Amino acid sequence: MIAMSFEPKVPQKDLDYQELRIYTDEELQNPSDEELKSFKIKYDIPMLEDLESGPWPSFVADLKVEALRRRKMADDRLLINRDVVEDLLGQLEVSFEDGETHWKHGGIVGVNGYGGGVIGRYSDLPAKFPGVAHFHTVRLNQPSSKFYKSAFLRGLADMWELRGSGIFNMHGSTGDIILLGTFTEQLEPIFQESAHHLSNDIGGSGSNLRTPECCIGKARCQYALYDTQALCYELTMHYQDELHRPMFPYKFKFKFDGCPNGCVASIARSDLSFIGAWRDNIRIDQDAVKGYVAGDFAPGGGSHSGRDWGKFDIFKEVVDRCPSDCMTYEDGVLTVDDANCVRCMHCINTMPRAVRPGADTGLSILCGAKAPILEGAQMSTLVVPFMKAEAPYDNIKDAIDRIQEYWIEEGKNRERIGEMIQRIGLPKFLEACGLPVMPQHVWRPRENPYIFWKAEDVPGGFERDIDDYRKRHAR
Amino acid sequence: MGLSSTRFGAFDPENPTKDRITDIGPRHFWDFFPPIIQRNYGKWLYHEVLEPGVLVHVSETGEKVYTVRAGGMRILSSAFMRDICDVADRHCDGYVRFTTRNNIEFLVDSYEKLEPLKKELESSKFFSGSLKFPIGGTGAGITNIVHTQGYIHCHTPATDASSMVKALMDDLFEYFQSMTLPAKLRVSMACCLNMCGAVHCSDVALLGYHRKPPIIDHEFLAKMCEIPTVIASCPVAAFSPATTPEGKKTVKLKVERCMFCGNCYTMCAALPLSDKEGDGIVVLAGGKLSNRISPPKFSKVIVPFLPNNFPRFPETCEVVKRIVEVYAANANKYERLGDWAERIGWEKFFEKCELPFTEHLIDDYRLQYDSYRTSTQFKYTDAAWAVSKAAGGIE
Ligand code: HEM
Ligand code: HEM
Ligand code: HEM
Ligand code: HEM
Ligand code: SF4
Ligand code: SF4
Ligand code: SF4
Ligand code: SF4
Repeated sequence: MIAMSFEPKVPQKDLDYQELRIYTDEELQNPSDEELKSFKIKYDIPMLEDLESGPWPSFVADLKVEALRRRKMADDRLLINRDVVEDLLGQLEVSFEDGETHWKHGGIVGVNGYGGGVIGRYSDLPAKFPGVAHFHTVRLNQPSSKFYKSAFLRGLADMWELRGSGIFNMHGSTGDIILLGTFTEQLEPIFQESAHHLSNDIGGSGSNLRTPECCIGKARCQYALYDTQALCYELTMHYQDELHRPMFPYKFKFKFDGCPNGCVASIARSDLSFIGAWRDNIRIDQDAVKGYVAGDFAPGGGSHSGRDWGKFDIFKEVVDRCPSDCMTYEDGVLTVDDANCVRCMHCINTMPRAVRPGADTGLSILCGAKAPILEGAQMSTLVVPFMKAEAPYDNIKDAIDRIQEYWIEEGKNRERIGEMIQRIGLPKFLEACGLPVMPQHVWRPRENPYIFWKAEDVPGGFERDIDDYRKRHAR
Repeated sequence: MGLSSTRFGAFDPENPTKDRITDIGPRHFWDFFPPIIQRNYGKWLYHEVLEPGVLVHVSETGEKVYTVRAGGMRILSSAFMRDICDVADRHCDGYVRFTTRNNIEFLVDSYEKLEPLKKELESSKFFSGSLKFPIGGTGAGITNIVHTQGYIHCHTPATDASSMVKALMDDLFEYFQSMTLPAKLRVSMACCLNMCGAVHCSDVALLGYHRKPPIIDHEFLAKMCEIPTVIASCPVAAFSPATTPEGKKTVKLKVERCMFCGNCYTMCAALPLSDKEGDGIVVLAGGKLSNRISPPKFSKVIVPFLPNNFPRFPETCEVVKRIVEVYAANANKYERLGDWAERIGWEKFFEKCELPFTEHLIDDYRLQYDSYRTSTQFKYTDAAWAVSKAAGGIE
């Protein structure tokens, strides 16, 4: 059974580049290497040119290709300043010289009806670098796990070269496709052209839900414990209003990791981290275990093959490294005390052919990660240990709604949910979400006994009569 | 109908709501999957790294998909986007994928298609000689560095991002193309404390940092910002209301409180922090975010300041390379950098990496006490002998 299929929530335009295209083959022809080698942009950029060498792909070399392309375009084939790329490089060189950025804060730009999706940016040297006087970015929502068809990317490249700088971030830190640098006038056209012809929305900045992001999961990973792509898409579509129209105290991010390996770093980067989990037993193929011991298979699928680490030693490399000491290997048989396994993935990562996660799978929900500003960096805290994750995911939506509703009510302006939890304490947060507490919520019980008892916890409450007390104790 | 080349395209400024499409989300992912991925969705059994940068995933249907991972520049042009598409069209039926760490993955459905693909990727170069698609970034090595905007686009950076990453990846290139380390080593870069990339859980993190308090633009502050907002923005309450001699409302700053977080500037453009001498780089190390063996942990500050030496940041590159080499030579198999440092003790980490331990590295912000060593368990290093000497305990 195919777990997923093409089930978009809104109609999707077919993608045929020959139909989509803006530029002719001739216009798409890049300048030759000879031309490029002798090409100087209109500013001296010796420091940047130093970055053209070296094995790693050089963004300076790449931007020069784009700069020269723009020089050759006909006037009506570019809708913003022809020199935008050269001016960007020129300003960057000046920033190196000054040791200071030359961007001003953005101000109010955006598209009508949306509270996010555009980051405004203006140069503080507009007279010198008019091509980047405005240099706003547009966040275009990325598809789940970032597979693409070339027709889409080619269409996007044409549209963006015409209407903007032609420069992308693939991708921004939150996951979006970032269109880097255009003038205000082109924001609405970019938004609507993407929507009409590429069936793709913008959005995901501001005190909104940010564009959710997921790992590659079931598309190409044997460890995926739930369908990260499907859940990511489902929730992105379900929360479109939250994504586009600010209704939160601050930004809010969802990220989806299919297993505790955490390839999209949800535990460090999202207000709600959804991390795959299983609740039955690890599946072991004993013959394959013997294969690893005999050296037939490389540990970690060959992840360490660049160095001679000696013969595979199942004790040293697996059994003794298990953080909860729950594995044994005796008489050629590997056993796991599943009740004590903390699902760290180490044995599975090390012997992928022999050890697989359990089959009764779902996810854990953790809450509250954020970068240091203001009250220090936080990682997400375990909230829900296990939850089945199957379409239409109503249980997950319900859990999210409970958490977000409380945050909207209780969170202060510009307070991330993790900061709110720190302010009010985990017990209060859990109670508000209708969740009981468990020892798994903490690493250890508290060390101070400053328990904030509530009146209703104590027989008779807090109201007492001093006269009654005085009957027993002299003043 | 295709994309428009007219000035406003599908948007009609006279009638902005006409045919307006909103709230459609990203494209659905399914038709972006190569057919072999669609056929084997959720059926993968195991994978192997055939060589650095080349993976095979084997499905229970018996099918195998081969992936070649190429290091990517996060910032790239339309011209380069088309180069990517050309490779995808020639070898992968037009499909391509990007990874969380900004690499580019090309997938083929048979072993025979692998060699021609690799060959093309290896031979594609920019006019200046840099590779366009270096193959690597798998297993126990160093994959691409995630980074933020820096001087390319942001108003608060304390350093530049794309240039530092290019310089570092050139220096660490051998680790990108090999799998010789004890475990994965993740490097991340953010150009200010906002950490758009959330670098605080990386094996090695590079962070732009301001070291001078904001300049107060007294003349304009009240015009540009709301004073209560400015005061509230500061996490250490360093601002208080004030009036200029001319009677203009402004704020004053207790500079000794300032931790250079830049939050005030984020709230108010009349409080710029950037400064050529002041700004530079903090190096952190020992974080991780997978749950493998040990739980995720934060990175720790190991070098309080390095200068912004554009464009190639030699001091920063040298420190990072040194740490990587010492780690590679000393850690056990599967041991992440932070786990190694904890096992040998941070005092030994500083000794082995020959990094000076300065007072800046001891936490004096909130909750600092947790990091103080309330035990007699420690190891002796030169740094310890120096303290004993200063205390008059030894000659
Ligand atoms: C309080 C903390 C933060 C502040 C004040 C902040 C501020 C900013 C600013 C000013 C920009 C604009 C950069 C530009 O000019 O393009 C930006 C971009 C961005 N931020 Fe943040 N940021 C914060 C935390 C984060 C975190 C933790 C993440 C992700 C986990 C994040 C994700 C992004 C993304 C994806 C962008 C788009 C540009 C890029 O990818 O570099 N931000 N942020
Ligand atoms: C129409 C009015 C405004 C809109 C639509 C707006 C929208 C936004 C959005 C979408 C963000 C992005 C937040 C993020 O990505 O984290 C943001 C951030 C911010 N805005 Fe505004 N804003 C407005 C007015 C203001 C005003 C009046 C101020 C201050 C006087 C202000 C100060 C800030 C600050 C400090 C951030 C912080 C960015 C961050 O920490 O991420 N904004 N604003
Ligand atoms: C918030 C928690 C604590 C409070 C309020 C507290 C309070 C006190 C008080 C009032 C005394 C003096 C008792 C007397 O001689 O009349 C005392 C003594 C003492 N406390 Fe605590 N204490 C706390 C936690 C701790 C902890 C965590 C430790 C050890 C780890 C500790 C170790 C001691 C010791 C060793 C004495 C001296 C006992 C003796 O000399 O017989 N206390 N504490
Ligand atoms: C000078 C202090 C301010 C700073 C440092 C600041 C900071 C920021 C940041 C960091 C972002 C985007 C970050 C992200 O999405 O990741 C942003 C976006 C934005 N800010 Fe501000 N903000 C300031 C003041 C203002 C003011 C005074 C206004 C308007 C009155 C404003 C309006 C906006 C708008 C409209 C956006 C983009 C909203 C969007 O489309 O996403 N900001 N700001
Ligand atoms: S997080 Fe787990 S399931 Fe997702 S891609 Fe990484 S290893 Fe696979
Ligand atoms: S997953 Fe981790 S905790 Fe569980 S048995 Fe394997 S090594 Fe031990
Ligand atoms: S880390 Fe700081 S300087 Fe860099 S892009 Fe984010 S907000 Fe801007
Ligand atoms: S930089 Fe940070 S600590 Fe310093 S004044 Fe501004 S907000 Fe306060």
